[in-house]
Amino acid sequence: MKICITTSGKDLDAQVDTVFGRARYFLLVDSDTLEAEAIENVPGAHGAGVQAAQAMADRAVGIVLTGNVGPNAFQGLTAAGIQVHIGAKGTARDTLAAYKAGTLQTAGDPTSQGHGGGQR
Amino acid sequence: MRIAVASGKGGTGKTTVAVNLALSLSAEESIQFLDCDVEEPNAHLFFNPNFDAVLSVDKLLPQIDPDKCTRCGACVEACEFNALAIMGDNVIVYDSLCHGCGRCGLVCPTDAISEIPHQLGIVESGTTRGFAFAQGLLNVGETMATPIIHALKRKIDPSKLSILDAPPGTGCPMIAALHEANVALMVTEPTPFGLHDLKAAVEVARTLDVPTAVVINRAGIGNDQVERYCNEENIPIVLTIPFDRAIAESYAIGTPLVDAIPSWRKQFIKLAERLREVAR
Repeated sequence: MKICITTSGKDLDAQVDTVFGRARYFLLVDSDTLEAEAIENVPGAHGAGVQAAQAMADRAVGIVLTGNVGPNAFQGLTAAGIQVHIGAKGTARDTLAAYKAGTLQTAGDPTSQGHGGGQR
Repeated sequence: MRIAVASGKGGTGKTTVAVNLALSLSAEESIQFLDCDVEEPNAHLFFNPNFDAVLSVDKLLPQIDPDKCTRCGACVEACEFNALAIMGDNVIVYDSLCHGCGRCGLVCPTDAISEIPHQLGIVESGTTRGFAFAQGLLNVGETMATPIIHALKRKIDPSKLSILDAPPGTGCPMIAALHEANVALMVTEPTPFGLHDLKAAVEVARTLDVPTAVVINRAGIGNDQVERYCNEENIPIVLTIPFDRAIAESYAIGTPLVDAIPSWRKQFIKLAERLREVAR
């Protein structure tokens, strides 16, 4: 399973970026091997949440771990069958551990209003 | 001549100035009034106009035929506003992000996209007190104000003096109202907030190559920074309205200042003369 963690740096020791659509990086982690690949996020002026959700679907991500997720992104991720867990903090490694321990919250609704996306 | 009354900061007295300018000038020449503050038009409260025409302002939203669509992603790629997404077998159209440009339909290789009109708001037009009045009204829940302002501006009759009450701020709606005006009349209050937003509004006008003049409203509060700024920037201060209880009271009951205190009429006529000198 491919897990995406929104981060402000390029590896598992980077701090989590708590927004989804306008996160600095998407750290794609293989849940079996813990191999991590960072993708720089270059959001456009409009619809960053949708753009980010599309990027997740295109890369066959199964789970997103982030701080907050806006309504447009949430709708897209849900339609793609991607699980969204929120309330991530600390490093990407901490977040992965928290997810495995089941302490992250499952997003049932968008968690930030945003200008069409997640806000800081 | 086209006069846009703008401010930057909200609540400085744009509508007060625009309404009283219109009433003062309508006795002298043929004018029209356009309330471009389509998110919250309020000039009608002072004019009680009779509307005789309503125009629907729509944007065209893509409608995707799931049987014809091959999920190729060409539309997603083409959309400047990220209003489309393909999630597995689902094609999602984000209505609120769509600007109705039609590019998705043009690039679709299987002709799966048709367009359906979606109402953004309306333009109402009619008359009040001997002149033409029109206003735009954005529907609740919609965010795109500029198409309504553009539709409203198509009501401009170049043979008349047009007064446009612009939206506050310095964003797209304000720019849409100021674009192609002969002069921007900036209404401000002499406070640090007033000055901060005035500067931003003046920058917008300069970028649009629209000359500016300033009205200081609620003079007597705050400080002299606005005056100093205007002097430094060579922006004429064409009217000063004092912070006065009688003026506030007339506003609060919906009576235009020039009706409540008719001596103000000649101040607004003088203001218009100054504007003609500044206008381009």
